[in-house]
Amino acid sequence: MELSINGSKRNVEAEPDTPLLWVLRDELGMTGTKYGCGLAQCGACTVLVDGQATRSCVTPVESVAGSAIMTIEAIEQDPVGKKVVEAWVASQVPQCGYCQSGQVMAATALLKQSPKPSEDEIAGAMVNLCRCGTYNAIAAAVRQAAQG
Amino acid sequence: MNEMSQRFLPQRFLAQAQAPRAVARPVNLSRRGLLGAAAGALVLGVTLPGGRARAQAAAPAIVPGTRVNAFLAIRPDSTVLFRSPFIEGGQGIFTAMAQIIGEELDIDPARFTLEGAPPGPDYLLIGGGARFTGGSMSVRMSYEAMRKLGASARLMLLQAASARLGVPVAALSTEPGRVLHAASGRALAYGEIAAEAAKLPVPPAPALRSPAEFRWIGKRVPRLDVRDKSTGRAQYTIDLTLEGMLLAAVQHSPRLGEQPGALANEAEVRAMPGVHSIHRLPGAVAVLASSWWRARRAVEALQVTWTAAPAGTAAAMPADFSSEAHKEKLKGMAGEGVAFEAVGDAAAAMGKASRVVEATYDAPYLAHGQLEPPSALVRWNQDGTLEMWIPNQAPEMFQAAAAQVAGIPPEKVILHSPILGGFFGRHFLYASANPFPQAILLSKAVGRPVKLIWSREEEFLRDALRPASVARFRAGLDASGLPVALQAVAVGEGAVSRWFGRQPDKVDSSAVEGIAGKVYAIPDLRVGQIHVDDPAVIGFWRSVGHSMNDFFYETFFDEMADAGRQDPYELRRRLLASSPRHKALLEAVADLSGGWKRGPFQVADGTRRARGVAMASPFGSEVATIAEVSLRDGEVVVHDVWVAIDPGSIVNPAVIESQVNSAVALGLSSALLEQVVYEKGEPQARNFDGYPILPPDRMPRVHVRIVESGAPMGGIGEPGLPGVPPAVVNAIAALTGRRIRSLPLSKVDFKGMQG
Repeated sequence: MELSINGSKRNVEAEPDTPLLWVLRDELGMTGTKYGCGLAQCGACTVLVDGQATRSCVTPVESVAGSAIMTIEAIEQDPVGKKVVEAWVASQVPQCGYCQSGQVMAATALLKQSPKPSEDEIAGAMVNLCRCGTYNAIAAAVRQAAQG
Repeated sequence: MNEMSQRFLPQRFLAQAQAPRAVARPVNLSRRGLLGAAAGALVLGVTLPGGRARAQAAAPAIVPGTRVNAFLAIRPDSTVLFRSPFIEGGQGIFTAMAQIIGEELDIDPARFTLEGAPPGPDYLLIGGGARFTGGSMSVRMSYEAMRKLGASARLMLLQAASARLGVPVAALSTEPGRVLHAASGRALAYGEIAAEAAKLPVPPAPALRSPAEFRWIGKRVPRLDVRDKSTGRAQYTIDLTLEGMLLAAVQHSPRLGEQPGALANEAEVRAMPGVHSIHRLPGAVAVLASSWWRARRAVEALQVTWTAAPAGTAAAMPADFSSEAHKEKLKGMAGEGVAFEAVGDAAAAMGKASRVVEATYDAPYLAHGQLEPPSALVRWNQDGTLEMWIPNQAPEMFQAAAAQVAGIPPEKVILHSPILGGFFGRHFLYASANPFPQAILLSKAVGRPVKLIWSREEEFLRDALRPASVARFRAGLDASGLPVALQAVAVGEGAVSRWFGRQPDKVDSSAVEGIAGKVYAIPDLRVGQIHVDDPAVIGFWRSVGHSMNDFFYETFFDEMADAGRQDPYELRRRLLASSPRHKALLEAVADLSGGWKRGPFQVADGTRRARGVAMASPFGSEVATIAEVSLRDGEVVVHDVWVAIDPGSIVNPAVIESQVNSAVALGLSSALLEQVVYEKGEPQARNFDGYPILPPDRMPRVHVRIVESGAPMGGIGEPGLPGVPPAVVNAIAALTGRRIRSLPLSKVDFKGMQG
């Protein structure tokens, strides 16, 4: 199966129903995308599929063959993603950091679709869990990235 | 089938781990890749004794926190590698260490990289010869030692520069990262002289910088790990790989102690894609495969007959255990318990009171819910050493435990302590709650490196829980409504006695902290504990006993106030009249919130709101908290939380604000949503769908004021938590008139209540 990941074609051998998350992590060694719950509850595994924030832990790899997949590994090569990362650094968002790949991807997806999001749009898009409770810093960083 | 040893892992590893070893252990530097040739010439290289015999022959005992070379390496480019005695899991410890060392060493903290130090006597900086990261102790317990260490290293660099330049030390000074000779205008970067400096003896009593001249301590220094954690580059144990490794997944017995019997479909599972082998472990079955998804799918497909725990199995989970029944049992335990704190004669004073107020409170089991599922990466090396990368907050204890499992001496265990994807007390040594013993056995069985990951579902099955607890209170009020007597008893088991041993005539302080040690002037009081064995595996959860006990006490305080027709804020102020530090802090949080007002009151958006206040004295710091709530669709909405925190003195205000935000989130999560429910010996929730944690849309605004009273430095990671549940619940009482005495609030339907 051929995948398009961060602009490169990658051949993978996993069973077609394998979640994209484990193809990324185990087969391709791209560990920036995190496993948190495996049930699309927490969002630590968020990647972009054709620009949409997608929970890779419940996304069968066969369903994204032919789609453009973007992971955290390419975040700084993406103009919107770079802006988001800079806002994350400026707002000193991460604590333990484990959920933050997914948070940054979710914010990037939001700002790609809605460059000047309303508070409601931010609340609607930024739904990933953070056990360290960095939610206020996340919201501040999204606002800053939208202005930058 | 690979038959593995059926021997049980020791129930209490700590019996061995508690006694600190006097001998230095060798460290394999090239394997650690710390300071090796790849990094170029080292300056201050690690020079630990090479082995037991040599260490025993060397007479002077190692004084923890003094040997510069065990902690610091300055590279040729004048960047600094620091081996932190304490593990970073989001608390900001690494940044704080860089600030403290950098301040005295005279080098910008931004030039530091840090990693968890290996096991060893140099790092035993907690409690006179021990080490763990916890109890909000890391910075406050090592602050002086780390300042001296940095100052010693600076002096060694000055001495090396003095020799190189042929001028006296007194003629030299430093600026960040360089030694200067003002008279000649010459300068040497630290990296140029570090190798020579490392060979010098450590000066015993270096002069310390005056706090008035601090450039980094006490300042909002940016965290060192933020960019890596914002770009996916930060690596946790779960992300690490070794050449030739197999991935492992397990299925645990539904109840602790049960053992795997027949595997009905073993042959089919063995034929599943990527499966390498199937293994029986104590209390679990495992599959090794070429990817973790394949291992997981296979192990979950295994149809296992679980046999009952053999008689006498320690900590075996009873098949009929129910958390609800356990709570009722705790509530039914009569008596006053073993006294922990007694002032005056509470019973006599109670007899003279004009009015007595009584209430019983309870709080449930809680899961840690850190987002990084537990894992362990293990390799048996050809030289007979066992090398492990494991999430842990106590390297020496884990090393000793791993040695016991592996059947080798501790010095043969090379332990790496990666950063943690969530701390919260999850990664202490909890026999059945750590995956590394399984990984050791699996790796040994197949002769290959193994990375074991517990699925979220297995984590919910085997986490070590915040204990469930009950507290009973009686207060005597005088004719004017002021409390004159207080009797309280906590019922349950404390996590400290579970893991460090219990003395039946002694109270586990972790079971009563937050009920005992309160700061209000109540003339006669008694706090006791009734110990009841907890059938669940219990552990340390952020703020430990304070996580529930301050909720119990501070909400009961408001009941006393209401019964005596006192405003709860004013009553607190009055009972703190002779305690200026606490009174000032209470007034500070009121000021931060725009002045105390209890409500209910209407705000511009039409909602009806009220506020609650609470105080706590956890982990050496003092905290005052106010919360503002309303009701919406029968649910509690927390709008704002104001926290005034007095840790005495501080290292990084920005980190403190982050930690308070984090503690508010976790405290609120526990108050609103969380409970682990057991029925028939099994936890009912196995993922976040059944165990909701605070989502972003329920996060309040958080306002923090740091008060530096100059008292001895207190903790930061945990203290922001305990005041939150009582402040919220007190606000709900003010809003609705309803006293909630059992958490979480999600059990209560507030529909139809005025809100």
